[in-house]
Amino acid sequence: MIRKSIQSRRARETRLKIYGISSICFALIMLATLLISIGLNGYSALQQAYFKLDISVNTEKFVDDSGAPDNNKMNLFNWDGLVQSALREFFPEVKERDEKKELFAIISANAGYDLKEFVKKKALGSGSHTFSVWLHLSDDADQYLKGRLSIDIPEEDRRINNKQIAWVNSLVERDIAKLKFNKTFFTSADSREPESAGILGSVIGSALTLFVTIMFALPLAVMAAIYLEYFAKPGKITDFIEVNVNNLAAVPSIVFGLLGLSVFLSTFGLPRSAPLVGGLVLGLMTLPTIIIASRASIRSIPPSIREAALGLGASKMQAALHHVLPLATPGILTGTIIGMAQALGETAPLLMIGMVAFIIDIPTTFTSSATAMPVQIYMWSDSAERAFYERSSLAILFLVAFLISMNLLAVVLRKKFEKKW
Amino acid sequence: MARQSPDRIFTSMTLPLSFVFFVLLGLSVYFYYHAKSGIVRKAALFSDRTKALPSHYGQQSFLWAFIPSFLILLVLTIGGPNYIDQIFYNKIQELNPTFNESFVSLILAKVINVSNGKISTGEENIIMLAKDYKIAFEQLHFYRGLVVILCAALLGMIISYRQKPGSNAREQVEKFIVNIFFASAVIAIFTTVAIILSLFFEALRFFNLYNFFDFIFGLHWAPNVAIRTDQVAAEGSFGMIPVLLGTLLISFIAMCVAIPIGLLSAIYLAEFATPKIRDFVKPTLEILAGIPTVVYGYFAALTAAPFFREIGFSLGLDVSSESAIAAGAVMGIMIIPFISSLSDDVIRAVPQSLRDGSMGLGATKAETIYIVILPAAIPGLVGAVLLAVSRAIGETMIVVMAAGLSANLTVNPLESVTTVTVQIVSLLTGDTEFDDIKTLSAFGLGLALFFFTLLLNIFALSISRRLAERYD
Repeated sequence: MIRKSIQSRRARETRLKIYGISSICFALIMLATLLISIGLNGYSALQQAYFKLDISVNTEKFVDDSGAPDNNKMNLFNWDGLVQSALREFFPEVKERDEKKELFAIISANAGYDLKEFVKKKALGSGSHTFSVWLHLSDDADQYLKGRLSIDIPEEDRRINNKQIAWVNSLVERDIAKLKFNKTFFTSADSREPESAGILGSVIGSALTLFVTIMFALPLAVMAAIYLEYFAKPGKITDFIEVNVNNLAAVPSIVFGLLGLSVFLSTFGLPRSAPLVGGLVLGLMTLPTIIIASRASIRSIPPSIREAALGLGASKMQAALHHVLPLATPGILTGTIIGMAQALGETAPLLMIGMVAFIIDIPTTFTSSATAMPVQIYMWSDSAERAFYERSSLAILFLVAFLISMNLLAVVLRKKFEKKW
Repeated sequence: MARQSPDRIFTSMTLPLSFVFFVLLGLSVYFYYHAKSGIVRKAALFSDRTKALPSHYGQQSFLWAFIPSFLILLVLTIGGPNYIDQIFYNKIQELNPTFNESFVSLILAKVINVSNGKISTGEENIIMLAKDYKIAFEQLHFYRGLVVILCAALLGMIISYRQKPGSNAREQVEKFIVNIFFASAVIAIFTTVAIILSLFFEALRFFNLYNFFDFIFGLHWAPNVAIRTDQVAAEGSFGMIPVLLGTLLISFIAMCVAIPIGLLSAIYLAEFATPKIRDFVKPTLEILAGIPTVVYGYFAALTAAPFFREIGFSLGLDVSSESAIAAGAVMGIMIIPFISSLSDDVIRAVPQSLRDGSMGLGATKAETIYIVILPAAIPGLVGAVLLAVSRAIGETMIVVMAAGLSANLTVNPLESVTTVTVQIVSLLTGDTEFDDIKTLSAFGLGLALFFFTLLLNIFALSISRRLAERYD
């Protein structure tokens, strides 16, 4: 009887263990599913369908008298026509208006613009020139070549019809069209056309925003932490500050966005969509995180260090700034990195202050309109084009890789500087 | 309109912000060295010793010259443009007393854009105003630079003059710095107050337009989307019960996923796992916690929602493509590491002596956990769960991307529901005017969200603190 009860007691223990293991496995499997499914969606965006055109152009039409290219004339020149006539040379049978339209739909709507930029960069001298250039195919042709558009569904439900498929295939057969490394994705900002859209604009937007965040939050947080640890007299004000810090750490991020909207935008009149405002809002949001981490780090420094300094005649301020703070720096940095990782991945408050706008230009200043990486991901996942999904996934992969390396850096720092006193 | 004749000599000198800032910085650094060498000379003159190190006198001069001038610079930079806008707003209104508020704002915006050279217009009045506007800005920049630099120079000279070898500069500097530290700590209070005030006043304006009790108890949420401003549409109704119910439903689903898995993982990690497993699993779960919510939103909308739809379809159920269950389940996965790491800390905080006592009496590990450890840890665990609930309620991106927009009064997890945060985002990201009732209603929702989460947080933190005190 006793043996039986022991058996059932042991079984109970095994069951508990199994529950524990299976729930950990569930969490890990979910993490794997998440990353793998996004990876499978996104890897193909590393490539992009290009096609090669031989263009002959006489620069007389857009250079001024001295032979330098004239921007105004360049903008007026019919680049689209040039691309289209070059493309038609491959398909002389295409004559009708509607058919031509369908043909031109397999190349990017921005092809003419890209050609102009190419010529501008090449800085051709006057005279006529012949050169070959790789331009983007349209996103639908690109998705078809990657096998992401299923051609089993009826033609009229498809974004690309049979005729267009035949043209694309014939371009591929003649080695004129092929998948190449998607350089555009890393060198340009957002665009209406998926094939011309890139993440550089949002990466720079995020960098500017984070710079403001760290410049704002880190000094304030360290000063607040030192005050609360060493100078605050126990009392109501100090208690109240502590309660506030702890609560702010748990306030939903969107509320900080509302704060930014009504204080920074409508009361102070700061510009909408600006990294400056985004950085301030994220700074307010990460401030409690960094304060809490800095306090923990300061507290982990043994009191004997401070007492020794005080005993040798240092003032309280000197003991704190010259002796404790340098020792606490690794811990503070770890907390800061974690706070910054949190700020980098945050989206909701940025939506509130208008960083969700469609912006083609790469931001250059703290007050120019910008968007951030997570917002870009959000906007792309909301788009109708299939090609934006894969770009969104690839952007996620980069963002997550960056965040994980930030977190790993924090872990390594903590391990390296962790001292047992 | 009488045009003020601006002083051309002044306005032709532009003093941009960065220039003023660096001059201010340079001036302050100059006063640092000036005071540092000055105090040594003074001491030699009086054949006296300085009471503090020479660098302390330098620091004192630097701080006195820099901090007040910097604050003035900040106030003028933020307040100045607003002040000018207000002046021009009044000017436009005086010129055209018949225009209503929004039209005056429109003209002001036009004036600003013309003065920036962003747009060009043929209207003479606007061009004239734009010129004045530009001049006003140039004057502002000039006087800002003048005031800040003069202020720094004056303060620096005064403090350098007043420093005597006998005065204890170190004490004064440290007092000053402690005050700055105190000010940075108080920012936490200011932030909370600013959140409450801004939400409260905007919400108050909303309740002026819409009955408070209709908002709290109303069963119908339909902020009508007027496409044109002149469109005659029915009054929108803003009853928050369906929105609140949707929020609670999704949070409930999330908790059904997160609580058992998070707690069991924590128990296993804290009580059974070998250090090796712990060292692998804990950082991995932290990765799960570090993934941005927008990524979970993407996963919920593009992978989880179709998955649940397909399962439902094969079972003969009609699952909405924006079902509450997809958003809730993914949110639950997001919250697992949050619960597991908090509960892990709580369980490990239970004193070892309790474990040893229980094991010594012959209990198995499982019995120790069920009978001794969990009851001892329960307040902390409840605190952790409450914090997780507050997080689920405030979570935005997952629901924005995966939950619906229409407010259905339902608790069916297969249907589409909306949440407070989804409504706030959808009400505020459109091109709406700031005084619009829809925009203001978002602040009403924001206030409700803030108070709801605040109560949960305070409750959770006080419970956890009580536990910490019990075993100290």
